[in-house]
Amino acid sequence: MALDRCKGCALCVPVCQPGVLEMTTERNAKGYVLPRLLDGCTGCRACADVCPDFVFEVYRFGDVEHEAEHRQEAGR
Amino acid sequence: MTDTTPVTGVPADGRPEGAKKVASFAPALLQSTEHHLCSGCGHPVAWRILVEVLDELALVDRSIGVVGHGCYTQIITTADVEFLQCLHGRAPAVATGVKRMLPDRAVYTLQGDGDMVSEGLAEVLHIAARGESITCLMLDNGVFGDTGGQMTATTTVGQRTKTDLEGRAPGAYGYPIAVADIVATFPGVAYVARGAVDKPNAIARTRRYLRAAFESQLRGEGFSLVEILTMCPTGWAVPTDQGAEYQREQRGTVAPLGELKPRPAH
Amino acid sequence: MKLVLRQGYDAMAAAAVDAGCRFFAGYPMLPFTGLLDAFARELPRADGVWIQADTEIEGANMALGAAATGARAATGSTGQGVALMQETIAEAALNELPLVVFTIGRGQQDYFQCTRGGGWGDYRTITLAPADVVEAAEHSALAFELADRWLTPVVVYGDHLVGFTQMTIDDSPAHEAAPAPDKPWALDGSSGGTGRSKVIWTWRQGKHNTPGPGPNVHWRTVAEKYDEVARTEARHVTYRVDDVRHLVVSFGSTGPFVDYVVDELRAEGHAIGAFRPVTLWPFPSAELAALAARCDQVLVYELNAGQMVDDVRLAVNGAVPVHSIAGVSQDESGMRQGELLGVDTMRARLLDAIGGRS
Repeated sequence: MALDRCKGCALCVPVCQPGVLEMTTERNAKGYVLPRLLDGCTGCRACADVCPDFVFEVYRFGDVEHEAEHRQEAGR
Repeated sequence: MTDTTPVTGVPADGRPEGAKKVASFAPALLQSTEHHLCSGCGHPVAWRILVEVLDELALVDRSIGVVGHGCYTQIITTADVEFLQCLHGRAPAVATGVKRMLPDRAVYTLQGDGDMVSEGLAEVLHIAARGESITCLMLDNGVFGDTGGQMTATTTVGQRTKTDLEGRAPGAYGYPIAVADIVATFPGVAYVARGAVDKPNAIARTRRYLRAAFESQLRGEGFSLVEILTMCPTGWAVPTDQGAEYQREQRGTVAPLGELKPRPAH
Repeated sequence: MKLVLRQGYDAMAAAAVDAGCRFFAGYPMLPFTGLLDAFARELPRADGVWIQADTEIEGANMALGAAATGARAATGSTGQGVALMQETIAEAALNELPLVVFTIGRGQQDYFQCTRGGGWGDYRTITLAPADVVEAAEHSALAFELADRWLTPVVVYGDHLVGFTQMTIDDSPAHEAAPAPDKPWALDGSSGGTGRSKVIWTWRQGKHNTPGPGPNVHWRTVAEKYDEVARTEARHVTYRVDDVRHLVVSFGSTGPFVDYVVDELRAEGHAIGAFRPVTLWPFPSAELAALAARCDQVLVYELNAGQMVDDVRLAVNGAVPVHSIAGVSQDESGMRQGELLGVDTMRARLLDAIGGRS
């Protein structure tokens, strides 16, 4: 997450499928509030898709089947 | 190689061992990820999928974008493809001149709703009626963002703009014009779609619409138009994290999403 | 040399296509329509593109787009229609695009439009004002050369007479027009993805990797370019000015009428001669000033309320009196010059001005 260019719009939070993004009260040098990534990211890349400021670079472990299991576990 | 241990999360930065990258920060075609657009603006998302589609279709070195006037115009300072910045509303006419001289290039316009539907209504309707082989792209947020957020010809009833903070009232300002629906009825028009960038599945569909539009042009099928609803929380006077929802509830009410005119069957 | 009788519109369009014009877009309006039709007849032989646009603004913008690809492109209308194209012409000037505009006026009331322009910013348009069919054909080729040489819009200001008249012209293969210069700025898509992709933009800020000069420096550079054009491209003709005391200044179709009356009055002993700017901009000020200084007076004969006379006064700079002796004159239809474009009327007015008897 290239948080130096984040503008704190929070569009990433509701689209995150496993719900592992939340806004903090921390701010970057530009003064925008920043998100935080919790454990449980499935690499679905929804955050990267919606972000207007190119903050996210997304990696994925494992295969599709494994991810589907994990999504079920995460309850989303 | 399959990793069968449960995924517990990845570090916030740095490339994780054994992981595959599924999304880059930004398309390589953008020379810079810095831009002056507002927090929560939908335009950069549209920029991203546009340049990615140009790349996928191998059009990077054979496309020319004719760009109107608006916040989105900044794309011309960062995207590594050829651009001609033109007068407000006139892009479809300028694009026609370009395409007629370079018929084997992909020629498209990139305009806002104020540019295309307010100032440039004659241009887009005439060029669509002529069936010119160009692709018009409209980034539609229902405001003149660049001049401070005034009403445009696509502002929906009840939508807040600087022109009327109580929301557009038909008695004073009439009703919005849905250009995509209008040109979908023209015989020389090959493909029309309306997408949005408020959530990932809409973005994925919009990417497919863009691809279809450019393929339609390259096949010589006629005129194509893709409208993309983009968020403007600044213009709408909503918090950025409510922009996507405001778009769905207020902006998406009048105009249906989807392929309004699918490509001709082959 | 092969002499043929050709109508002005045909001669102009043929000369333009011979000079490399490959795109024309316009909208019908009398008396420009004849030229629109002539381009429709001439362009196919060169595989050129002709579009009857749905509005004047669209036609001008189509031509601008074509010019941006490096093609020799043109548009046109009457003064009333070119009025709608003013923003587009300014845009072409500030983009440094070579766009040729054929203004076929309903008389001579568009001088200000041609030379001052109604667009925005610090720009000029080179303006050629042919006197007859022969000159109109020459100008229709020269316009493209000048546009490419200076990367500017160029206006060819004709009228109903120049368009409709049939005149004998030399129809031999056109003089070898200078080949179009290289246009490294032209768009064709190919610089995409190279890290140095092109952008044409009046603000000229360039791209992240290839920054441009920005609006301040760019617009100043464009203005300085027009200063250079003014120093080098002014054109004019004179007639019987060896010992002139009364200098008649006119432009366009009025010129041949003035020459005719000058001959008559010379035969009667009057020291009268004619000066005709061929470029309305840049106005041949230095040449006019030099000539006027040895005259008793300068008489301006133009069919409008007084437009070129401003440039004449600027050039003469108070050295000798300058008098406007014509005025607004349209025929009953409003489409053509009226009674003041006639040798009898002209003779009477000139005699009055030089103090002779009719």
